[in-house]
Parts: sequence; C-alpha cells; structure tokens
Amino acid sequence: MTGHRAIDQTAAHMADAIRTGRATSYAITEAHLDRIDAIDGAIGAFLHVDREGALATAREVDEAIARGEELGPLAGVPIAIKDVVVTKGLPTTAASKILEGWIPPYDATIVERIKAAKMPILGKTNMDEFAMGSSTEYSAFHKTRNPWDTGRIPGGSGGGSAAAVAAKMAPLAIGTDTGGSIRQPGAVTGTFGAKPTYGGNSRYGLIAFSSSLDTPGPVARNALDAALLHEVISGYDPRDSTSIDAPVPPVVEAARLGATGDLSGVKLGVVKEFKEGADAAEPGVVAAYEAGVEQLVKLGAEIVEVSCPSFTYALPTYYLIAPSEASSNLARYDGVRYGLRAGDDGKHSLEEVMSLTREAGFGPEVKRRIILGTYALSAGYVDAFYGKAQKVRTLIKQDFEKAFAQVDAIISPTTPFIAFEFGARTGDPYQMYLADLYTIPTNMYGGPGVSVPVGLSEGMPVGLQVMGPVLGDDITYRVAAALESTQDVLLADTAPEIEGK
Amino acid sequence: MSTISREEVAHLARLARLEVTDVELDAFAGQLDVILQSMKTLAEVDTDGVQPTSHAVPLVNVFREDQPQPSLPRDAVLAGGPDTAEDRFRVPRILDEEA
Amino acid sequence: MTKLNTFEQAVETYEPVLGLETHIELDTHTKMFCGCSTVFGAEPNTQVCPVCLALPGALPVANRAAIEATIKIGLALNCRIAEWTRFARKNYFYPDMPKNFQTSQYEEPLCEDGYVEVVVDGQVHRVEIERVHLEEDTGKTLHVGGSTGRIHGATESLVDYNRAGIPLVEIVTRPVPGTGALAPEVARAYTAELRDIVRSLGVSDVRMEQGSLRCDVNLSLNKPGEEWGTRTETKNVNSLRSVERAVRYEVRRQSALLDAGERIFQETRHFHEATGETSPGRSKEEATDYRYFPEPDLAVMEPSREWVEELRATLPELPRKRRERLQAAWSLGDKDMQSVVNADAVDLIEATVAAGASPAGAVKWWLGELSRRANESGEELAALAITPAQVAELQGMVDDGRLNDKLARQVIDGVIAGEGSPAEVAAKRGLEVVSDTGALEAAVDEAIAANPAVADKIRGGTHAAAGVLIGAVMKATKGQADAGTVRQIILDKLG
Repeated sequence: MTGHRAIDQTAAHMADAIRTGRATSYAITEAHLDRIDAIDGAIGAFLHVDREGALATAREVDEAIARGEELGPLAGVPIAIKDVVVTKGLPTTAASKILEGWIPPYDATIVERIKAAKMPILGKTNMDEFAMGSSTEYSAFHKTRNPWDTGRIPGGSGGGSAAAVAAKMAPLAIGTDTGGSIRQPGAVTGTFGAKPTYGGNSRYGLIAFSSSLDTPGPVARNALDAALLHEVISGYDPRDSTSIDAPVPPVVEAARLGATGDLSGVKLGVVKEFKEGADAAEPGVVAAYEAGVEQLVKLGAEIVEVSCPSFTYALPTYYLIAPSEASSNLARYDGVRYGLRAGDDGKHSLEEVMSLTREAGFGPEVKRRIILGTYALSAGYVDAFYGKAQKVRTLIKQDFEKAFAQVDAIISPTTPFIAFEFGARTGDPYQMYLADLYTIPTNMYGGPGVSVPVGLSEGMPVGLQVMGPVLGDDITYRVAAALESTQDVLLADTAPEIEGK
Repeated sequence: MSTISREEVAHLARLARLEVTDVELDAFAGQLDVILQSMKTLAEVDTDGVQPTSHAVPLVNVFREDQPQPSLPRDAVLAGGPDTAEDRFRVPRILDEEA
Repeated sequence: MTKLNTFEQAVETYEPVLGLETHIELDTHTKMFCGCSTVFGAEPNTQVCPVCLALPGALPVANRAAIEATIKIGLALNCRIAEWTRFARKNYFYPDMPKNFQTSQYEEPLCEDGYVEVVVDGQVHRVEIERVHLEEDTGKTLHVGGSTGRIHGATESLVDYNRAGIPLVEIVTRPVPGTGALAPEVARAYTAELRDIVRSLGVSDVRMEQGSLRCDVNLSLNKPGEEWGTRTETKNVNSLRSVERAVRYEVRRQSALLDAGERIFQETRHFHEATGETSPGRSKEEATDYRYFPEPDLAVMEPSREWVEELRATLPELPRKRRERLQAAWSLGDKDMQSVVNADAVDLIEATVAAGASPAGAVKWWLGELSRRANESGEELAALAITPAQVAELQGMVDDGRLNDKLARQVIDGVIAGEGSPAEVAAKRGLEVVSDTGALEAAVDEAIAANPAVADKIRGGTHAAAGVLIGAVMKATKGQADAGTVRQIILDKLG
C-alpha cells in the first residue's frame, strides 16, 4: 500500500512540505486525527486523543510559517506519545487503573522539547500497565491490535505507539524501552524503533518502571524519521541526575549516510551465543533475519562472530533489577495524593485503604513484579539478588566492550518470534519474558539499539536489531538506514489496509 | 535458594501493601517460583572482584545549586488528590505509631 | 505496672549505656532534591512540586549546599569524610512520606568515625560518633477528631507536604557506656554541644522547639561486669531538658522491670512532655524490613580531598574554643564557666555583654534571677521572654543607680509580662530609685518622729538600730529608695 494520502508520507516529507508551504500542518494533523477516528476503533492504539490541542498547535505552526519564522526540523508534524510519559493537562495513566483520571500539572522534559519543536500532540497511546509486558495485553483499559493481523498482539509494552505508527494514525510516536518495549513492538508491527543510549534522553516525567534501565526513544516508519525525532528529544537535562552531559550523537547525518547504501569498511558482529540459543527463535524469524544479513554484506559490511557469554544471564539479571526497582518506584501509588483511592468508607484505616487501593488499582503483572521485587530486596537477599545482578550487568557490559573493540555494531533478530495471538503467552509469565531475549542485553549495558523491519515470516513483520556502543547511536541508524536502502518499498508501507468501523 | 511459599507471598504482599486474594496468592506463588528458578542461574556466575554497574556511563557528583525554583500552584497540587480538606490531603485514621 | 525505682537506687545497681540519634534540618534555601523553598511556616502545600510530592515521573537532583553542610558537620565532629558515598532507598509506607520510601544513606554514609567531648561535673566524656548521613524529611500530619490532636482516637488526618524533602542530617553516636549516674547530664550536654557546634557552622538554626533538631534517645541497663542489656529507643525528645528527663525516666523504669525479673523489649517508645514519662509505640507484629537498595535515580558521590579541605578551611571557631576565649574575656573561674555552660547561657551572656553590660552583671542576671525563673516555669533559659539587649539595659539602669536589685526584679516581671523594654516598664510601673533627697529627708524625719526610742538609741551610738528606721523609710517609699542613701541621711541627722 503506497498511497498518496497525506498520512502515507514520511515525517521528513511532511516537515518539508509544511516548511515550504506545499501543505499545512493543520491539514496533515487533521488527516491523522480523521484516520484515528476512522480506524482506531479496530486497532485500539490510543487511550486519549487531543484533537483540539493538536489542531491548535498545527494552526500556530501554519501562522508562524506564514509570518516567515524559522521553525525546527519537525515543526508541524504530529506525534503520538506513550501514556507512560507525563503530559501537562492531558490524562496520563501508564495504562493503569490506579492513575485513571489523573491530569498531570507538569510536562516531561521530552514533552517540553516536543512542544518547543512545535509538533502537534495527537494523543496518548496504549501500553502494558506501567510498561510491564511484551504484548500490551496488560493494559488496564483495552487491547491494542496488530495492524498486520488484528488477531495478534502489537508487541509491548509500547504496542500502542507501534500500532499507531504502523496503521498511519501517526507518522511518529514516543516509546520507552526498559527491556525492549520500543524495539520489540517495532519488530512485530513492521516499524522502526530506537532505544537510545541510557542517559542520552531525559527520564524526567517518564513514569518510572525501572530507573536504571528506562529509556525514552522514537518510533517511526523509517530510520531518518526516527533520527529527526531522536534529535528533537535528546540531550542533557539537569533535572535528571542520570542524564549524560555530552553532545547528542549525529543520528540524522548517520541515517542520511546509511541511506546511500554503502557499508564498506563497517564491521558487524553476530553474537555466537545468540546463534547457539537459536532454539528459542522461530525458523521464519531466523530466515528473514539471515536474508537481511546477506543484504548488509552486499552493501559492503563485514560480518564477524563475537562471543558474549554473559548475554545468557541477561534475562534473569533483568528480572532481578527491574522488579526490584519497580517495587520501590510504584510504592507512591497509595491513594493519598493522586489517582485511585479504594475502600475509604469510614471503617477502614489508612493502612487498609492503601492496600485496598493498590489491590484494586494494579493489574496482575504489576502485582507479580512488585511481589517479586519486594522479595528480591527483602532482608538478607539484597546482596544475593540486586547486588549480584548489578555485578552481572558489569560482565554483560564487558562483553559488549570487548565486542566493540572488534566490530562497529552488533546485529541480531530483534525478537525470537513474530507477533503471537492474543492470550498465547499470558498464562505463563516466563514465556512472555522470552520476547525480550535479544533486546535485554542492551538495556543491561546501557548502549543504543534499534529495530529495523527486515522481512516477513508467515506474512508478519520481522525486525533486525542493530546494537551500538554507549553514545554510538549514530552507527545503529547508519546500518539500519542502509538496510532500508535495499528495500524497494519500505516494509512499513506494505501493511494491509485497515477497514474503518 | 529455596522456593517461595504461599505464606511468604502473603508476607511480601503485606510489605508491599497489596491486599491480594487467595486465588492470587496461589497463582503468584507458582509463577514466582518459575522466575526464581531461572534466577538461580545467576548464583552460578563468578562475580568475585566484579564492580557493580548501575548506569551506562558512570556518573559522579551530580549536584544542583541551592537556588529556589517556583513550586506548583496549590490548586494544581490539591487537584489530583482523592480527598482534600483545609488545603491538605485528607487520609483515613492511621493505625501506625505516632509520627 | 511495676513501681518505678528512684534514679539513685537504679544507678546503684545498674550501669546505663546511652545512645543518641539526632536529626537536624539544614537551613538550605531549597529542599534536598528539588528547588522548593524551605521557609518555615508557609501556608500548607504551597512549597511542593512534582519531585517532593512524588508525582509520577519526577526525579531527584541532590542539593550541593546540603552535601557541603553535611561534610562541614562531619568535619566539626572529627569524622572521616567518605571518598565514595551514595544514597539509598529506605522502603516503608507512611502517608507523610510521598514516595513511600525515604531517600537516605545506608552502608556508605558521607561521614564516619568522629567524636564529641563534653564536660559534666568536671569530667570529660568522649562521645563517639558512628556516622553522619544525609536524608530527607517527611511531611506533617495533622490528626483530626482526637482529643488532643494526637493520633490516638483521631478519626482522620490531614497531610501537608511543605516539610517533605527538607534536607535532614542524622548523627548517630556509638553506644556510650560508663556515664553512671551522670547519664542524663551527659545526654543533655552532648545534645547541647552538638547543637552549638551545628549552630556555629551556620548550617541550621537548630531550634528544638521548631523541630529543626530532634532527638531519639537509646538506653539500656546492665549490671556491672555483665553484657549490655536490651535497649529502648525513645523518639522525638525535643528539648534539652526532655533529653535529660527521658534518660532519667528510662533508667528508673527499666531498672524496676529488671529488679522484678522482667525483660526489656527492644521497642520504640514515645516521650510525654507533660508527665516526663515514656510509653511504648505500636508493638510491631512483623519486624520492619526497609529493603534498602542503592538509589538508582542519583549519581554516586566522590567528595574530592580538595573539596573537603576547602570546606575545612571555612569552619568557624568551634564552641569549645569559643568557650575558652569567652571564659578568659569574662574572667570566670572553671566552675563558674561550667555553670554558664550547664545553664545553656553562653550565647545569652555573650549577647548581653555585646549589648553593653559588664560580664559580671550579665553573668549575675542570667545565672541568678533568670535561671531561677526558668527553673520555676520549666522552660529553657533562652525561651524566657527577655532578650540579652533588655538584660543589658536593665543592668545599665542598675549601674546608673536608677534601679536597685529589688526594683530590677520587678522590672523583669514587667518585661516578661510583655509590658515593654526595661525603661518602659520602669516608667509605666513607676519603679525608680527615689534620689530626691528632700523627699527622703522628709521620710526620715517622719520615721524618727514615729520611732523616738529607736532614734535615741542611735543618738546613743547604737548605729545598728538604724535598720529599723531604714525599713520604715523603705516601706514609706515602696522600696524605691536607695538603702545606702537613707542610712547616710539618718546618721547625719542623729549621729
């Protein structure tokens, strides 16, 4: 489906058309809002749509351009924001009942930057509650369906952002990635998702799941669009103590360089231990990925096998660190200052009301992880669990550093399996966790990783992951854009058309 | 590492202020066990002399200068509250020890 | 309940072991982890932001001034300043703690291994400091529906988060054995010394009555030669006098229980200002499990040695040095200076002297009349409603002969009653020495006329009898005559 509608264009084209007066931001924004009205009933990507707010920003952009003002590179291009990011005056729930109805009195830093860049905000996208999940099935509100097959999941936790972009309800979206929540939805919806270097983007205003892992990043339909958004939201923020005070890697330049289709001199690592563990990956996924690797070789890349033995421990390490931090981060939801309060009937004490509120407000996966984290931090275990996991993180980091002494980037499939059917993995948490097998090592290390569509398996999209060294985000975009240059039509543009309801 | 009992889950739920149901207790005890079993693999890893990693780039001495910034308007502060009175957040009676 | 022992009985049989945990609110301009103002007494919930209200998504950034203040306190307490230190989360639920964890420090405090020396009864006691760490304060809860605003019997509570996130320094001593019967005084002297040190650093106003210095008192008893006993922790003991009383009470209470063969429970107790007693907190059915772990939202700290030395160079004269200087300047003996220190009157006397009084005069008022009044009303000396400047003014009036001591005491009554400055009180109440010799001579003549027999005795050379006439004149002038002048007039007339 390569249409000529406003919504079929890339974000870069939209921005250019707006800037040069060939299109208005109002028309483009309205086209997306109309698209949401028409098809989101069938997809369920959004939790909240802000038609008025988006159009007001679009109008401002058009007026500013009419006055001849110079605006930023994505001015006027609409965007959807994952509901885990705090937006002033717009409901923000992290897809949890416990925050239903909460209207934040402040903006996340990345939202401030999006607003400063004059990008109309279409609305807030669905996700797994508090970003805990790999299928968006743990949203407290509704399912999000994969635009490629509405009987399947759109990935998670950022299934809403990925589905919105895949179904052209938004050209760009914000996701957050703690263990793969940008890249894995990207892979299964045929979109492009980037997890930047941890600390390269501010977490201020990101509803915390796992503080030492959470990273916000762009969701798009191609590398250049994602890179443009990456540069809008990135950079040092004094309100986030873990933000890195360093220049933003030149990802736009890298995406343009990659699009020339030349990877000569670029060394790409493939992880020996991932291949050995290939029993976890579906054959169709492996086939599509390997076809992609062949293309990269044709562009001049050299493939080098690297050994990262500690990657085997990434998943259990993640399942100690993330729930431990989450159990503490989610303690603030107690029904005192905001959000839900349950059981306050004059009979229950505060302690009981807190427990009843949290029991009523949190869904099963969130409770499971809170209990897991509480266990891991409880007296006598913190060194054996959290402390040990932090040391294993160091080993994983050392594996990456050793590999990057040999290669420029590391590639792998993004996720072991294509989008599965609803309910297929909710019965067994461990089966769900396997979705993040290949994405989690990067979170443990803190470096950048992108997922770029590489092909199809059983008619469903497959993603190729490119991992780079810390603050080497540019190489990941370059390799991904080079792979895109081998595709006559972007995979994202071949998604089946969604029938409106 | 021993497996996790139903009683232990109940204790953890109390610590975490979750009024879990009996059905949840049973389900969680089983599911947590599966996850804990996988974590047992970490015990095998030799981490003697290995320093912990907490962030991608080690950050040291990140401070803010002692200069006041505007606070939120009180209306905005109280607007989110489930129950407020006398410009404060109202909560039910507290059983705990005296503050 | 077992009957209490007397304190003297208790310390004959048992040796107390003290421990003190002190929380000091720093007076930085902004909170520990956000830019909200810390000014005391603002309208409820007007000094809060996403960070200190723990709104979803908000993140902390540490206040440099608070770190520096803590290092200064550590240096003044002879501590080692950590080369590598970090914050940790202490996880527990409480409604006045917005995040339901307190950002504190655990295994790596900023400062460790210091000491403070205090002198009690001429003996030097060295109190060792285990650690000095930085954390954040909680909000304030108002209990509604109970009889006295206390939590017990309250039907609901109201929370104000203005105080939440104000930097709090916790100073923990090692156990202090060997103080014997002096345990209450040592506890008090330590707290006073700590307060004076912190005040001299200018990093906190350390006002116990406003809660910017709060004490928890740990105490256990053991028989000589035996192992230390189980300790209790008495919370929020908020005046120097209360520190002393809390120790005294726990010694009496615990000794009575031990005498009766009962055991002491390790528990948190509350001190009651009105009765001077302690009572148990909620007995915990489950042991507290704070689930400490390193705070992932904050960077680690590595105070450079250069930075520490720069801070050391800014340390002012510490109280002990200052006391030595003042003792010399005021020409006081060791014992008198000790009395001044024990009465917590160093600052007051220094200010009084600075306002123009002679050191002797200043010492006389603060240690004499004013200490007596403070004792009577159970107040701290500094809490009396009279300022050093007013005391200096009063002493000036005595030096000028406008007041005698008796009148001066009446002037103090007026000042404390809020009637104004000493001069204003003297004017309003008509308290002034009668220096009009004409009026005095008339009064003497009247007294002679009324007491002819006494007058004859004096004429006969029995000058001691003049006292009777002086008394009569003083009575007639309502005490406002100068006794020396009256005596002279009498002797002139009858001598």
